[in-house]
Amino acid sequence: MSEPIISIRGLRVVYHALRGVVKAVDNVSLDVMKGELIGVVGESGSGKTTLAMAILRLLPPKVARIVGGHILFDGLDLATAREEELRKVRWSRISYVPQAALNALNPTLKIIDHFMETAKSHGIRDRKWVVERASELLETLRLEPERVLNSYPHELSGGMKQRVLIALSMLLNPEVIILDEPTTALDVLTQYFILNLLRAIKEKYNMTMMFITHDIAVIAGIGDRVAVFYAGKVMEIGDVYTIFKRPAHPYTRALIKSIPTLTGNIEEMKPIPGTPPDLINPPPGCRFHPRCPYAMEKCKRVEPPMVELKPGHLAACWLLA
Amino acid sequence: MQQASPLIEARGVKVYFPVRKGLFGSIAYVRAVDGVSVAIPRGGILTLLGESGCGKTTLGKTIAGLIKPTAGEILYKGKPINRMRKKEYMVYRRSVQIVHQDPYAALNPTKTVFQTLSFPLKRWKIARSRRELREKVIELLETVGLTPPEDFLNKYPHQLSGGQRQRVVIARAISVNPELIVADEPITMIDVSLRLGILDLLLGLREKLGTAYLFITHDFGAARYFTAKGGGVIAVMYLGKVVEMGPAEAVIHDPLHPYTDILIQAVPEPDPDKMRNAKPIKLRSLDIPSPLNPPKGCKFHTRCPYAWERCEKEEPPLVELKPGHSVACWLKLRR
Repeated sequence: MSEPIISIRGLRVVYHALRGVVKAVDNVSLDVMKGELIGVVGESGSGKTTLAMAILRLLPPKVARIVGGHILFDGLDLATAREEELRKVRWSRISYVPQAALNALNPTLKIIDHFMETAKSHGIRDRKWVVERASELLETLRLEPERVLNSYPHELSGGMKQRVLIALSMLLNPEVIILDEPTTALDVLTQYFILNLLRAIKEKYNMTMMFITHDIAVIAGIGDRVAVFYAGKVMEIGDVYTIFKRPAHPYTRALIKSIPTLTGNIEEMKPIPGTPPDLINPPPGCRFHPRCPYAMEKCKRVEPPMVELKPGHLAACWLLA
Repeated sequence: MQQASPLIEARGVKVYFPVRKGLFGSIAYVRAVDGVSVAIPRGGILTLLGESGCGKTTLGKTIAGLIKPTAGEILYKGKPINRMRKKEYMVYRRSVQIVHQDPYAALNPTKTVFQTLSFPLKRWKIARSRRELREKVIELLETVGLTPPEDFLNKYPHQLSGGQRQRVVIARAISVNPELIVADEPITMIDVSLRLGILDLLLGLREKLGTAYLFITHDFGAARYFTAKGGGVIAVMYLGKVVEMGPAEAVIHDPLHPYTDILIQAVPEPDPDKMRNAKPIKLRSLDIPSPLNPPKGCKFHTRCPYAWERCEKEEPPLVELKPGHSVACWLKLRR
């Protein structure tokens, strides 16, 4: 197995809201391996986007704060690094395709100018190099470079814009790309083709990808590993076959059962009872215990540790500890 | 045998929206719905399934009386709604209620749950006294699974989760005892783990109150779950047309139209083996043609891997090939 490229240890991120302190990411440890596509899966409010923003240190200032833990990347701790150091990492070594990115393009700029602006802010002014690199990337993403580079955003469809944003994030040949819900706003056919393209470019450029999604099923076809988040915590980590075929954590199992599939038995599909917790006042013990059918006394009081069930398969649950 | 007319029927409905091309340009028409005939029996389920821009929401709004069709007509219990007298029309409007996609936008943030739910009860004089009103609101909250109801009466929308808000929206819709609920992507903005709970609630209300549904969705899994569990019909739409219509499991497991078949193959399933061993999808073009200028003949021919000469020239009619299962495709209709 390859070595970690990003190592997150005991990360804690809080938001200061009017009602109190929201523990959005609470003691999260996770390794992102070199060259893998890791799916970060969770419902809204599980902390997956906050994790991405923390890695890039793009959390909204004043409101959000990293209050503990480390994010180790090539000898640097991104959790505490100074802004100058971060600027050398952001985009050129770790890039980010934000959620709802279809509106992220400036409507008054042609696509080529988006590439030029990005290059310029990293000290590259060689237009010829930018055009060549952008064309190569767009072609890999099955877009016509000539036409697309000279278009304005409104002239492109949603699927085309999403591919332009992926190409933009790859402009400076980063080692890691974090994609936040990259296919959520797209139609099912466009999603299908973009998922296949992502897999192909990951292989071609030997990149590491972190794919954040609320839809665990999209990871099944393209992911190497999956980390399942719930209420600011990691519940289970494992390779894609283990997570889908033999999930250990009751939350992962319930989440998979709550997906209405096209081939499964309808009678076996069911929602998870209750609602996700309020992160200002999360339940004590295991955060999933109020919704867990197997919850024991201990689960209500003591938080379960993350234990390794077999090499590479970890889960935080007293049933398994 | 004399059959009772369906609860709601759309006959040859077309909805065209005018758009001006440029500042001084000519007027063109977006053909959002381009000749659709569907019917929903009393207590039945019809699911409109399709990608964005296929016309499913426009058709839903037309059936709910919010948009006037450019051509064709909507019939409520056999009567065209555009020829109804005011009193009849109000009965129709009351018996068709809508649940929208976004439960955050559908509720007034300055009104408590009690205020939101008591408004239609007062408007339609369903509850007359203050005591009756409170009893009725409590009953509604219990029906949609917001228990204990007393905890929710004085809450504002921002104090509720997305799933709870959608339950309040559903409670408001059923408060006037509608015969049909148009549910337009009711679970799209709900947390994954809670989605089936909302669909089960809607199906439970049908058992209890006999409500019929027009369920609008882009999500194949949700369409199958809801429609199959409720014994309803799925209509697959593409560029303003119904291309296939039939019982849920038949459409999902034995699709007749190449478009349905391709979409089903593209839906991600939580099974790594299946996803990795699947044959790649064949498609002539990834882009959906503009509804301003849809292709001639079969509208899918520009993307269909099986298209032949006739598909480019003539539009295939929707024909019943198997009992209750129809398709509009020349591949299936040629002898």
